[in-house]
Amino acid sequence: MTVPLPVFVALPLVTAFILPLCGDRYKRLATLLANAAVLALLVLAITTIGKSYSYQVGRWSIPLGINMVLDGLSSLLLITISVVSAASMLFSVRYMEQYTAKTKFLSLFMLMLTGMNGVVLSGDIFNLFVFLEIASIASYALVGFGCEHEQLEAAFKYAVLGSVASSLILFAIGLVYGNTGTLNMAYISQAIQTRGLNHGLTFALAMFIAGFGLKAALVPFHAWLPDAHPAAPAPVSAMLSGVLIKVLGIYAIARLLFNVFGVSDTVGWVMITLAVLSMVFGALLGIVQWDFKRLLAYSSISQIGYVALGIGMGCVLTAEGKLKWASMALLGGLLHLVNHAVYKALLFLASGSVQMATGTRRMNRMGGLAAKMPFTRLTCTIASASIAGIPPFSGFWSKLILAIAAIGAGYYWIAGIIVLVSVCTLIMYLKVQRYVFLGELPDNLRQCKENKGTMLVAMGVLALLCITMGALVLVPSLKSSLLDPAVQVLIDRFEYSARLLAGAN
Amino acid sequence: MPYTLCFLLFTIGLLCAVVKKNMVKIIIGLMIMEYAVNLFLIMLGYRTGGAAPIIDRTNINPEGLLDPGFIATSVDPLPQALVLTSIVIGLGTLALMVSICIRTYERYGTFDITQIRRLQG
Repeated sequence: MTVPLPVFVALPLVTAFILPLCGDRYKRLATLLANAAVLALLVLAITTIGKSYSYQVGRWSIPLGINMVLDGLSSLLLITISVVSAASMLFSVRYMEQYTAKTKFLSLFMLMLTGMNGVVLSGDIFNLFVFLEIASIASYALVGFGCEHEQLEAAFKYAVLGSVASSLILFAIGLVYGNTGTLNMAYISQAIQTRGLNHGLTFALAMFIAGFGLKAALVPFHAWLPDAHPAAPAPVSAMLSGVLIKVLGIYAIARLLFNVFGVSDTVGWVMITLAVLSMVFGALLGIVQWDFKRLLAYSSISQIGYVALGIGMGCVLTAEGKLKWASMALLGGLLHLVNHAVYKALLFLASGSVQMATGTRRMNRMGGLAAKMPFTRLTCTIASASIAGIPPFSGFWSKLILAIAAIGAGYYWIAGIIVLVSVCTLIMYLKVQRYVFLGELPDNLRQCKENKGTMLVAMGVLALLCITMGALVLVPSLKSSLLDPAVQVLIDRFEYSARLLAGAN
Repeated sequence: MPYTLCFLLFTIGLLCAVVKKNMVKIIIGLMIMEYAVNLFLIMLGYRTGGAAPIIDRTNINPEGLLDPGFIATSVDPLPQALVLTSIVIGLGTLALMVSICIRTYERYGTFDITQIRRLQG
């Protein structure tokens, strides 16, 4: 069965507009609907494994119409988005009870999902921009959802930097259109293959990297993330850190670099530089934080660096023709993307659970919660072990693959940085364990209790994934059906446009 | 030359968004940026003295195809469609940012971002 691709956009979009009709009176119905929609999307996303096909919207053939493209990379990201959103949605059933206007939250959540699914599937660069804006605007509103001092300030900062990024991206799209005369990614790619990059397109590429870099919070562009991600409600933080920065930033950059503009040494080194800066600064700044969620946010910057490093190394090595190591680096990067989505979502959910029980996010006002909240503690420890790269948890495998790729390609210093940042990450999460879950229980927290119901289910599922995700590389059948096609799409570069153009004629 | 001016407008907007301390002025700066981009898109498709891109029977040649002469003289309609979309997106962003701005003013009693500093670095 092949699912028509617009369903991935239409289903959450329609749900998003039905939900507010339920109003606060039928809040339960709305929650049920939203969960059902997210689960349906998860099932649909799983059916796309191993398939690649495209859909022409309104039966207008490209380049006249807009097309949606599914291939290995889109499929991998669709599944990641669905898994994280299903867990966050389940978690928010209880968690969002403390806020008013829950149906509005659900509606915005669905809109964000619409945007992300659209970005991943779009084969038209302007359409990609439109979906990117849907996801961004919904996320600005979600960051400011609490309407308290801190949330509003963070939301404003995020909205300003997000708009700058969007303007840069739109400007670049204009330049690309002016230079190639088309907006379809396959046709742009074809034009670039025949005519090469001129100054206008090079400038557009630089603007794309700056714009998507801002959305991905790579280091010189990271200022908004440590404010925005902690200010949002926990399930939203899990979505923002887990998938939003990757889909809007990393996915878009990877798709444009490999499949549209073509890889080159220079761009690859730019990516590696940004990635290494993000890894190091994110980790160092994270260690000194005392706010639980802020620490997690800095750690996201550091971890997104790993993903960008995989993409950057893949770019340089592909340009040099060392395809074997390039595919290894890309495999590491993409696996880290998936891993990070799962464990960072879990960590943010755990932080939400702690915040709900204790009413604070300051780690120096907590302690000894291990006895009070055993389940949260267990899942949080699993996620911490994963992110710090302790075998056999998931994070270990992706870092190992990245390090092997770096050594194999002869970049020993990159492998050194990978290990060093991993140690910093370990320190960061030992700090979390020490101050949140171990030590003395402060007197004012004697009453706090473990959370119940769906929150625990959501965390349990993600924790289980953290333990078992090593299987993605270790079990050959899983690797060849999920990760290998995604890597292949990037390694094959212009195969993307060749396939679509062949289908069009 | 018009492209240079357009890019200048873009940088003025960016500068305004980065330098100004007042939230409302930051939003104005962002909108200037946005409109510089819209202007750029319109200029891409514009042709001095070009015909409106509306097809009627006289523009279709006997083979049922569009007359190449018409294509060579008409204005490109696609950027105009893009700009319409982009204006709508800009409106959405503007509305959201202004409402955040109003709520912030209710909480802090000021638009000055140097005084709105609950969040550290």
